[in-house]
Amino acid sequence: MSDTVISVENISKIYRLGEVGTGSLAHDVNRWWHRLRGKDDPYLKVGQVNDRTQVAKATNSKKKNAEDWVYALKDISFEVKRGEVLGIIGQNGAGKSTLLKILSRVTTQTTGHIRLKGRVASLLEVGTGFHSELTGRENLYLNGAILGMRKREIIRKFDEIVDFSGCERYIDTPVKRYSSGMYVRLAFAVAAFLEPEILIVDEVLAVGDASFQRKCLGKMKSVAESGDRTVLFVSHNMSAVKSLCTTAIYLDNGQLTGSGAPGPLVDQYLQNKTTNQNSVEWPNESTAPGNESVRLHRVSAKPPTGFEIPNIDSGVDIEILFTHFLNGANLDVTLYIISNSGDVVFETGILVSCENDSVPGKYLVTAPLPSHLLNCGKYHINLVFGQDQRHVLLKHDAVVGFELENTNTGRGRNMHPTPGVIRPMIHWRIKRKS
Amino acid sequence: MPSKEKGPAIGQEPNPETWDLVIHPTAPWWDLHLRDVWQYRDLMWMFVRRDFVSVYKQTVLGPVWFFVQPLLTTAMFTLIFSNVAKLPTDGLPPMLFYLAGVTPWNYFATCLTKTSSTFVTNAHIFGKVYFPRLITPLSIVISNLIQFGIQFLLFFGFFLFYWLKGAPMNPNWIGIVVLTPLLLGLMALLGLGSGIIISSLTTKYRDFTFLVAFGIQLAMYATPVIYPASLVPEKYRFWIDLNPMSPVIEAFRATYLGGPIPWTSLAIATAVTLLSLVVGILVFKRVERDFMDTV
Repeated sequence: MSDTVISVENISKIYRLGEVGTGSLAHDVNRWWHRLRGKDDPYLKVGQVNDRTQVAKATNSKKKNAEDWVYALKDISFEVKRGEVLGIIGQNGAGKSTLLKILSRVTTQTTGHIRLKGRVASLLEVGTGFHSELTGRENLYLNGAILGMRKREIIRKFDEIVDFSGCERYIDTPVKRYSSGMYVRLAFAVAAFLEPEILIVDEVLAVGDASFQRKCLGKMKSVAESGDRTVLFVSHNMSAVKSLCTTAIYLDNGQLTGSGAPGPLVDQYLQNKTTNQNSVEWPNESTAPGNESVRLHRVSAKPPTGFEIPNIDSGVDIEILFTHFLNGANLDVTLYIISNSGDVVFETGILVSCENDSVPGKYLVTAPLPSHLLNCGKYHINLVFGQDQRHVLLKHDAVVGFELENTNTGRGRNMHPTPGVIRPMIHWRIKRKS
Repeated sequence: MPSKEKGPAIGQEPNPETWDLVIHPTAPWWDLHLRDVWQYRDLMWMFVRRDFVSVYKQTVLGPVWFFVQPLLTTAMFTLIFSNVAKLPTDGLPPMLFYLAGVTPWNYFATCLTKTSSTFVTNAHIFGKVYFPRLITPLSIVISNLIQFGIQFLLFFGFFLFYWLKGAPMNPNWIGIVVLTPLLLGLMALLGLGSGIIISSLTTKYRDFTFLVAFGIQLAMYATPVIYPASLVPEKYRFWIDLNPMSPVIEAFRATYLGGPIPWTSLAIATAVTLLSLVVGILVFKRVERDFMDTV
């Protein structure tokens, strides 16, 4: 029994780069002239794969005309069955949001067809159409209607919605007086009570505090587990994708590079995103990452002396060689240790100077990550240079990575990897009592 | 573009499954989804409510402010055009004469200017959620009716006052009952039609926004709002008649204050209105599909 509720067939979308002006008017006239004669869009042929490095080349080249168009999506086809929760993963700019926008009819594809069964509700943002002068109550009705609810539906669910949002006391106060947390809770509450057959959700869970995010994920889970509703879900939170989704598609540069079970796709995505390089060096000043404040020379994650490869017993030494040009400022260097599942395990940093007394020059900082802290597995490092512990001077994600080997320290002869992110040494005590 | 195939493209479906919604890259021009608009009628009323309520939030006088604007405008016109420039008003009390022109003109002008920026001002909502975009200009036209209603009460108050005082006016009572809603509908549709045409044109090229802003002010002088049509010399008469708002304002004034109702030009204005509405909806439907990419 094929119970397909969404069928996407060869969807492509092209975007024009650059500003709208007389140049785009010429293109429009050309397109219109082709369409009038029943011909295809002339710019479909010249559109390029949405790869940012290529775009950079295009701006340099002389014959700009042909390269002003890029494919945000190219020949995407997939099907979703009733009750499935489809995760859409990919780097920033891979076309995830464009796909959701097309599916929710905010914009239209350039070619291809989409077929849908049932009522569609899309949640690309919480609180769309909230008017700051109106009260919480008025905004609930307005927002509900914008999301496609009928008035009596909202009236029926009103108490539940208010209850879920936890804003009963403020419901007759203009939302401009709300704290940002209350605002988001109220906005999400409306969306949580939508009952569409197909729900499209973009990164909306990224807003709000941790407890709110848990609430959202819980609600998403209950929707997903109800079994008869279909959810399309875009997120950068890979653990959420893994736990919520029953299937996934992987977009890269606007093209579909994989579909199937979320587990392997998430791993593939993280593999591509992270780096296995444990040392990186920029001998050439002009190509090294940096700016007028800081410039990197070398970053490495190596086992301490005496170890061939890093393992749980050795820890890792992170070394950063850089030059900074700040005179009399406060400079700090911060590392984020990211696990293979995309979670930040911890953050650690050093204040290179903290009393407005920085001296420009070349520096080497070393962070020896201690032994018996991280569990075995792959990690990567995001590096941030900051000023006054407030302003980011330079940020370099996934600059280096490392893999900790497993050891059996403290575990007898058991060499199986243990679950968990950390693997501390616990000094157990044992006493015979009788 | 209308393609070679006959009927909606759902017919070419390979397997006979029933889909509730099929999204094609381009839609045939006759495919207007007007039923969708009906489905979302609740949203339209919400927008009307929002527009009306949010205007006078945090004011003490509230809707009273809607009186102040036409009252002051009329007083100013009376002072300048009647007392200083000595423009004739067909023998009618100047205050009443100007109010009878300004009240309907204001309605048309607000409808046009507000609907003409539909896409640009609502881009933040349109970019995040789908609903039939036509809801927005429709709600603007309706919420302005409330404002018109308030201003009309003001006009009607003056009208009764002068009539009881025995001013030289000749109200056509049947015309008032029958023509007022018709003229109002005509203005609403003309404002809507031309407004959505302009809003569709301004999504990509903003040039028209500048035109609307001062164009509507100039248009008031090309319409017999502050002068009687009888004052216009014969050689300019054609240009005044070309303006579909001229017969509407004239007819409005004629029914309340007396005078001949320009039936012929009113019929032409109706035709122009309907044409602008049809063209407007077609263009609007075309633009709403992917205006988000270029707005």
